[in-house]
Amino acid sequence: MKILVPVKKVPDWQIKLKLLADGSGIQTEGIKWILNTFDEIAVEEAIRLKEKGLASEIVLVSIGPADARARLEYALAMGADSALLVKYDGPVDSDLASRVIAEVFKRGEYSMVLMGKQAIDSDSNQTAQALAGRLNLPQACFASRIEIQEGSAVVTREIDGGLETLKVPLPCVVSTDLRLNEPRYAALPNLMKAKKKPFEELSLEALGVASDVKVRVRGMSLPAGRKAGKKVGSVADLVAALQNEAKVL
Amino acid sequence: MSKVLVFVQHDNGKVGKGSLCALSAAKELQTVWGKAGLCAVVLGAGAAAAARDVAEYGVESVCYSEDPILSKFRAEPYARAVTLAAKDSGCDVVVGLASSSGKDLLPRVAVMLDAGQASEIVAVNLDGSLKRPMYAGNIIADVEVLSAARVVSVRGTAFSPALKGSAPGSVSELQLSGDPELKEQPRFGEVLGYEQSKADRPELSDAEVVVSGGRALGSAENFQKVIYPLADALGAAVGASRAAVDSGYAPNDWQVGQTGKVVAPKLYLAVGISGAIQHLAGMKDSKVIVAINKDPDAPIFEVADYGLVADLFQAVPELVNLCKGTKVGA
Repeated sequence: MKILVPVKKVPDWQIKLKLLADGSGIQTEGIKWILNTFDEIAVEEAIRLKEKGLASEIVLVSIGPADARARLEYALAMGADSALLVKYDGPVDSDLASRVIAEVFKRGEYSMVLMGKQAIDSDSNQTAQALAGRLNLPQACFASRIEIQEGSAVVTREIDGGLETLKVPLPCVVSTDLRLNEPRYAALPNLMKAKKKPFEELSLEALGVASDVKVRVRGMSLPAGRKAGKKVGSVADLVAALQNEAKVL
Repeated sequence: MSKVLVFVQHDNGKVGKGSLCALSAAKELQTVWGKAGLCAVVLGAGAAAAARDVAEYGVESVCYSEDPILSKFRAEPYARAVTLAAKDSGCDVVVGLASSSGKDLLPRVAVMLDAGQASEIVAVNLDGSLKRPMYAGNIIADVEVLSAARVVSVRGTAFSPALKGSAPGSVSELQLSGDPELKEQPRFGEVLGYEQSKADRPELSDAEVVVSGGRALGSAENFQKVIYPLADALGAAVGASRAAVDSGYAPNDWQVGQTGKVVAPKLYLAVGISGAIQHLAGMKDSKVIVAINKDPDAPIFEVADYGLVADLFQAVPELVNLCKGTKVGA
């Protein structure tokens, strides 16, 4: 079973984001980049499936500028087998990302696409579903548990109000939620070895995908801040404040 | 001229409050995008009753299907049915709540309509662009959907529920035969079961009051012993910080925060929660925030309207006693 794992590099969620002076985007000069948190979980899960003998090969794909290579090498160091970087410097929306991944999917004999439920920069939560729709494949989104049975994936999904267990035939698209696993760290020797793993670069044109997008970010702003209120001295004071001042009780 | 279609969710015929909020957003989109009308689609068991209800909210037509293939939510057949409804009723804009189902199916609808999608919008700008949070709510973006067909998912807490209109719209049954592939059930897979974590309390996403517990509770037993009585005294939904969920004190879908639920109730009580950025992202739009924490320097106090520095094991039972019988208003 060959697994395709699309990944994205995103700004580290621990840094404080700053806007560009014209509000057209965030400052990216010199900031720390990481592998999207949910994609890292997808890479880990694919590796675990391979370690259990259920997957044969893990192929990574990313769309982005040349420096996305470092993030792909990190995922290779975790344990993926090979990587494809579709080099493109322009803006990428979920629609374009899904068209690129669909094209890559068609070029291999994949049984599963395993990917993060959303990128923690754009927070769109669309690409996995759009990809499944484009390929007319079944989808199992927001996975917190994945089991492979003969020709099927049995996936526990995190939904409003609880969990759902879904059985979908392969090939399928699975998107990962936060609690699926805790990704391993890539050890330094593996980071060195990862540089020797197969790494292919392709342009959007070579892949035959048009670069138009359907959603454009026009501008960004910081959300209105919330001011600290006051401290109350006792539970009785708190209840009084909620009744008389805030008038919510 | 084309119209706007709203995917309305319901629980056995009872229309969800969140979907009424999505309906409000759809009305705003209809105005700023100059669309000719507003339609709705309701699917699954009880859809006919829900459709008659939805028809009262100022929509011109509602279609529904109770076909057995739609009895359990599945993204693939639902997406096909919504797409079919859009085509049948002349809609090129599809709007739905950003619930787990809405998130699951709307991007598939977008692909079938060759539409761009804006996810989880929090406001509609007069110039037709949309406001949506990015970077876990640390940035608000104005986005434009450039394609002719457009799909929008809506953060329910950002819009007020739609009000009933004057004349009810028409109600008709959606003919699924319009999409022969819709019935290919084996290819879509099957739901094997559910594990409900919902107790006898309001739904977290649209509750008026939320009581959330954090790691300071120390154990699942303490979480139940301390948080539940306060929630029940206030008629509140129960939430939890990621730390509390990761420690097994509360189920996953109770997590409030960047990677969990985003809530904006009238009253939010954070009990024993330090206030990590990722938690604040999920509750900072609440109207009134109360924090109870032993640590006076906890970051939660920086966003709380009322902070009480106290041992939660003493303060919360005291609060329960004082709150019993009070009603949450405002």
